[in-house]
Amino acid sequence: MSKELSSGIPTDNEVILGILNNSDSVLKRLYVAYFPMVLQLIINNNGNADDAKDIYQEAIIVLYNKVKTGDFELSSKLKTYIYSVCRRLWLKRLAQMNRYGGDIKDFQEYLSVDDETEKNNERDIQFNKMGSALQLLGEPCKTIIEDFYINNRSMQQICEDFGYTNADNAKTQKYKCLQRLKKLFFQQN
Amino acid sequence: MSDNQLLEQIERYLNGEMTKDERARFEIMRNEDADLNKKVAEHRHFVNLIKQYGERLELEKRLNALHDEIDVNALEEELMIHPSWIVSIWRNHHSKISVAASIAIFAVLCTLFFTGYLNNHEINYVKLKGEVDQIKKTTSVLNSQVNGLKHPGKNSNPANFRGTGFAISSNGYIVTDYHVVKDADSVYVQSVDGKSYRTKVIYSEPGADIAVLQITDPTFKTFGTIPYAFKKVDTDIGENVFTIGYPRDAMVLGPGFLTASTGFRGDTTQYQVSTPVDFGNSGGPLLDSKGNVIGIINAKETHVEGAAFAVKSSYLLKTIQDIPDSLKGDLNINSKNVLAGLNRVQQIKKMQNYVFMVKVYNQ
Repeated sequence: MSKELSSGIPTDNEVILGILNNSDSVLKRLYVAYFPMVLQLIINNNGNADDAKDIYQEAIIVLYNKVKTGDFELSSKLKTYIYSVCRRLWLKRLAQMNRYGGDIKDFQEYLSVDDETEKNNERDIQFNKMGSALQLLGEPCKTIIEDFYINNRSMQQICEDFGYTNADNAKTQKYKCLQRLKKLFFQQN
Repeated sequence: MSDNQLLEQIERYLNGEMTKDERARFEIMRNEDADLNKKVAEHRHFVNLIKQYGERLELEKRLNALHDEIDVNALEEELMIHPSWIVSIWRNHHSKISVAASIAIFAVLCTLFFTGYLNNHEINYVKLKGEVDQIKKTTSVLNSQVNGLKHPGKNSNPANFRGTGFAISSNGYIVTDYHVVKDADSVYVQSVDGKSYRTKVIYSEPGADIAVLQITDPTFKTFGTIPYAFKKVDTDIGENVFTIGYPRDAMVLGPGFLTASTGFRGDTTQYQVSTPVDFGNSGGPLLDSKGNVIGIINAKETHVEGAAFAVKSSYLLKTIQDIPDSLKGDLNINSKNVLAGLNRVQQIKKMQNYVFMVKVYNQ
């Protein structure tokens, strides 16, 4: 595993393999490698460091999801891809804030990546709805749902954590919670 | 079957926790019951969404942790392009600057519109203004030197200055303004028919702005009888008066009224008259309706319409008396007026030969 120990900019193939394997070190090297490029783009185009963080992380998530779902084809350098996604996202953000002056100062070559960011945008909306539905759900339902569905804990463990007399009670509680969550989720529009 | 039990069934089915028999039965139910089938799909989708949401949270947490290890400030300092201050002011404030500029332009246009600047009359207005400016300039000259009707020479006229003078006796004595002949090297007079005579200044009274010239030219014989007399007492306000003079190369009549018994700034040696005069009228005779000389034109007030000034004839007579006998020679003032009963056309015809253009040369 000498590859993982090596620092510096990872090769494009390393990144894709690393994402598929959930490798922390590759994600870290990827993150560190291209952040300065995006920071440069944002802060020289009416943004600040926090904007750069948001945009860059969104772009990494776009890449991550694309690789995970298996439909990522590397048609250009990964650097160019990340830059293009960030550029597209930032233009959109600027337009929303009415701060887009009509031109953007570029530091790299870029591609047209419209549909990629659109897809991500839809998913973001779903996740936001889920997040607020979970907040509205309240305790202990929120933790039960998160433990069972996200953290993959067994009903037996949950039953012990919450002090239910038997697993059936816990199960009943969980289904009630799930029903309420669905209701809350679909109520939002 | 209650909702909860159904959900449990679906979950067990999706998680592959059913026994073979249960699974087969459930799949038959699913095939027969479209509603159930839909519920299964919905549940799978929803649970997946929860899971993906969890994954997203996890990923964001990881990214944030990574981000915290980066020294963003140092990078920012390094990567920021520092534009010149004027560019950054424009970048940060261009909307405000644009608004300010458009308000300014709008205000200017409004002002121009409401002051009538955009109307066509405006051309006249500007011309008038130009004239006012000229008058302003000449007023300041006048204020320092009231005797301002001395005419600066033009190219067509070889003389440096030009004024007007008129005969006071038949043997070649002419009176004009002192300021016309002041500092002169040589003085010539030119009659209406173009005859030019050399003269010399025999006496001057700067206080009253009067100078007496004598024709020294050997070709000169006599003027003949002078048709006008000189009034010894002051004339009253309202008297119909006129002057003739040489504001340009031809003789010009200036009719008007005597409008005040004192001159510029209350000067009691002068009258104020409403006759139109211009530079070159200086030294011209001011006559009343009967043809008596009542004064000598010497100045005008440029910032008041139609306010000219004339030295009273009594001061002319006094000046002539003051001429020392050694200089006076045979100067005898004419005292017989033959213009009294004539109309103005006749008066002018008779007296025009006795009014001269005074041409002054100095270096």
